[in-house]
Amino acid sequence: MTVEELYRQEYGRAVAILTRAFGDLDLAEDAVQDAFAAAVRRWPVEGRPPSPTGWILTTARNRAIDRLRRAKVGVEKEALAMAMGDDEPVTGPFSDDRLRLVFTCCHPALALPVRVALTLRLLGGLTTAEIARAFLVPEATMAQRIVRAKAKIRHAGIPYRIPAEADLPERLRGVLAVVYLIFNEGYLASSGDALVRDDLCAEAIRLGRLLVELMPDEPEAHGLLALMLLVASRRNARTAPDGTPVLLADQDRSRWDRALVAEGQAIVRECLRRNRPGPYQIQAAINAVHSDAPSAARTDWSQILQLYDLLAATAPSPVVALNRAVAVAEVHGPEPALGIVDGLALDDYHVYQAVRADLLRRLGRTDEASAAYARAAELTENTASREWLLGRLT
Amino acid sequence: MKQYLLSVYQPDGGRPPAEVLDPIMQGLQRLNDDLRAAGAWVFAAGLHAPETATVVRVRDGQDLVTDGPFTEGKEHLGGFTVIQAPDLDAALRWARRMADVTTLPIEVRPIAS
Repeated sequence: MTVEELYRQEYGRAVAILTRAFGDLDLAEDAVQDAFAAAVRRWPVEGRPPSPTGWILTTARNRAIDRLRRAKVGVEKEALAMAMGDDEPVTGPFSDDRLRLVFTCCHPALALPVRVALTLRLLGGLTTAEIARAFLVPEATMAQRIVRAKAKIRHAGIPYRIPAEADLPERLRGVLAVVYLIFNEGYLASSGDALVRDDLCAEAIRLGRLLVELMPDEPEAHGLLALMLLVASRRNARTAPDGTPVLLADQDRSRWDRALVAEGQAIVRECLRRNRPGPYQIQAAINAVHSDAPSAARTDWSQILQLYDLLAATAPSPVVALNRAVAVAEVHGPEPALGIVDGLALDDYHVYQAVRADLLRRLGRTDEASAAYARAAELTENTASREWLLGRLT
Repeated sequence: MKQYLLSVYQPDGGRPPAEVLDPIMQGLQRLNDDLRAAGAWVFAAGLHAPETATVVRVRDGQDLVTDGPFTEGKEHLGGFTVIQAPDLDAALRWARRMADVTTLPIEVRPIAS
């Protein structure tokens, strides 16, 4: 494992452990970064220590104590720091420090973009520049966002704690939403030139694996991971060589990543056994049915429609209704599907216009279909998507 | 322990009728009692209507007194409670109860000390 890989894997854990010891996110981050910088300098010369993670933690702790001494914060914090390693009694349903960090980063008192930025920064170890690039904002803007968020955590007293059992389901939904948002931003880039940002997808899946590891008893965490794996498995088939998107029905299924499909499907089967369905598990199951089909024509649409019925009952939303309509079109034809779609107030959503356009085209209402494709192209900010939609016009 | 200011924002206009206001005041009374019992209560007050406010400014040594609140708006600060709580989650739980009782939004801000 290179130092860079170790950094990606262990940064969040190291920051989490040091934050508990010192009660200060900034100090924890600075000390962990110092430790990794020292590793890059010293390991090639002195050789790799037997326990790289232990070395990083010890070095970071010593750096943090040095920083505190230099800042002359007094004996109290220093004593606290020295006591690190004597684990405080574990309270709450979970014990992992990273889980505290997840819930701190995803606290509802922070705005959603801020939660995303903090999660990527503190748990993923992404640099401010990387996060800024991923979300297409100037680095200074992202830096300011993160500084303000840390100040709010400190000044407002956002606790570094796993919420009580009673608050957990609601807070967990927020955490999963942040990870899924990161994945979707990577997979369906809302703006920019490239259709897919692999780095963000990979990071979201890594965070998803972390959540499953930290919360093995939460079926929706498993569901989210399965959903992301199954969607990501189509990555290579999803774009043509010129970068334009290829619809699911037209994808070369031999290019799907079989390992990801198998892993995602295994998790879905596990979820079915638990029988505690939630929106992510149902969406994962829908994707598992797609992944099962040897060809688009042999997709089990009636099973997909049943799953959409369940999803619409569990987590109703206009977007779910839109996706359900696509399944309705496959099972019952475009006419009833258009009836559902026309009742949805999603005029400004490009996917809505694209679905509507496709249904109109299948019904032979060519002029209306063209107008809807044009509207869809107008609404997307992603260059690749727009070109594809404009291509459908002719 | 940190201290938090819980501000109640209420729509401008006349006093609500007794059948609306009375249960709210009773609910607030109970909330204040519970805050005291929990050792979280520091200070609380209701305010007269924003029209009763006066703003004073000093420019180049000259004081300027104007009638009315600092900003024009449809809502104004109607009252506040200062509490102490171990962290934001605890403060938010009290604020949630206060929002439920008053049916109004509650702003929670940490007091710098």
